[in-house]
Amino acid sequence: MNWFPLLNSLRIAAISSVIVFFAGIAAAYYIAKLPRAVKGALDVLLTLPLVLPPTVVGYLLLRVLGPRRILGAWAMAHFGARLTMQWWSAIFAVSVIVFPLMYRTARGAFEAFDETLTLAGQTLGLSNTYIFWCIRMPCCRAGILAGAVLAFARALGEYGATSMIAGYSPGRTATVATEVYQLWSIGNDALALRWVLVNIAISAVVLLAVNLLERREGVGKC
Amino acid sequence: MLKVDIEKRLGDFSLNVHFETQREKLALLGASGCGKSVTLQCIAGVKTPDRGRIVLGERTLFDSERRINLPPQQRRVGYLFQQYALFPNMTVAQNIALGAHDRPRAERERIVAEKLRAFHLEEQARSKPHQLSGGQQQRTALARILAGEPELLLLDEPLSALDGFLKWQLELELLDALAAFDGEILFVSHSREEVCHLCDTVCVLTNGRSEEKQSVQTLLRAPRSRSAALLTGCKNYSKARRMDAHRALCADWGVTLTSAQEIPDAANCVGVRNFHVAVPEEANAIVCRVLRAVPDGENVILLLLPQNGSAQLCIELGAARWNALGRPETLCVAVAPGQVMPLVDTTG
Repeated sequence: MNWFPLLNSLRIAAISSVIVFFAGIAAAYYIAKLPRAVKGALDVLLTLPLVLPPTVVGYLLLRVLGPRRILGAWAMAHFGARLTMQWWSAIFAVSVIVFPLMYRTARGAFEAFDETLTLAGQTLGLSNTYIFWCIRMPCCRAGILAGAVLAFARALGEYGATSMIAGYSPGRTATVATEVYQLWSIGNDALALRWVLVNIAISAVVLLAVNLLERREGVGKC
Repeated sequence: MLKVDIEKRLGDFSLNVHFETQREKLALLGASGCGKSVTLQCIAGVKTPDRGRIVLGERTLFDSERRINLPPQQRRVGYLFQQYALFPNMTVAQNIALGAHDRPRAERERIVAEKLRAFHLEEQARSKPHQLSGGQQQRTALARILAGEPELLLLDEPLSALDGFLKWQLELELLDALAAFDGEILFVSHSREEVCHLCDTVCVLTNGRSEEKQSVQTLLRAPRSRSAALLTGCKNYSKARRMDAHRALCADWGVTLTSAQEIPDAANCVGVRNFHVAVPEEANAIVCRVLRAVPDGENVILLLLPQNGSAQLCIELGAARWNALGRPETLCVAVAPGQVMPLVDTTG
């Protein structure tokens, strides 16, 4: 059994999760401060990838990143690199699809945060940066970690948009999800089943971690 | 010295507060929603007034004309929140250390040790806030604030979430802690009792407007406005018209009452505390119909309707006296002129 698809899936999910972790937290923090109308509009826009079919997201990404489209052509002219059909092309797709999960859980955690702690910190002379990283983040830790792990789990399982933007080429862009489809379509049922079992095992472990984190949040306050 | 003169609009509500303190414990007394907390937040710098000035000692914290607006971090104003706002992810010692975070490490450790001792928190030094009792939380919050040596202490209804015996205990503790503090103290409350126990002077706030500062004793004896009288627990009011320097025609009760206080021209209302209405006396007598008699321990609370009037009177009477009178349906009550308070009613 060639383990490349698993390795590729893991690195795509890991990198996307890190990107989405920071982007989601930043979006949740700054959007909460905006006026209500703007907040509502941005909220819809940022949550859309959660409910859209992944193929729609894939299509929209290709419209922007394709070799003859705005960003794709720009990258080709400046770096001589295609943004699609690389193993890392999947990072674009996975990040967009997974972003709403992180954004929404981080926002929920921030909304439960007692804002008088921020005021107390400010009147004690603490900088806003210190308050954010040493008070707000630790207090929202459980919720935010649960969001990150959930995002990682979803990233591991992304298929639709990935297959459109990175395609399937064995040993180059194959992921667990695209491998399963490929093996099934050529009738290699036995190997497909082994990949299915691997996928189920990893996802189950990740979800178990989410449950443990959420239970800890319920017990002690921070 | 603290000088506050600020204005701020918040939707339909407008805040217009001015007062000055000089080494004293001043209370801002007002019903909830009158702008007490917003005033404190403006002084602490977490909210910005539209216009005005805030001066603390030699330093101008805020001046809209000179475009000065110090961030809360530079104001040296200690803020004690109602729920204490201790950082739940840190121990008691770490919380207190943050109050002195700008000092060198050795000095900070000395300050923390000193505060732990002074506030009897040595055994709780490594505890997290959720493991503490209410009193320990309050002491931790005070220790944290005082570790930063603020020039001004703001107390935002620190006792109102508590009741009964615990509240009384924390009140005593707070009193001790405040006695040792060398600076201005501003206390926000809607409770007459807390203000009596903890403060020297009072500034009454009604719908965002501040009245002139007065001593606590004066507020209890001769409040200026109907809202001030309400906050001090006075239950009986009648619309009134000034007849001369000491007599007012009380329309709602249908009587003319004599007041020992000089009645200001602006007075349009009269207040009488329920425990100051006696039965019977010659001066200021009011003939009433008894509407209800509510037992209250050794007393009876009577709701009366004056014969010629439309507003109820609430009085307290010893139960024995009430029984001795034969629980009558009509009663002649009276109030001594010394207890008639001429007021200004601005609430419309």
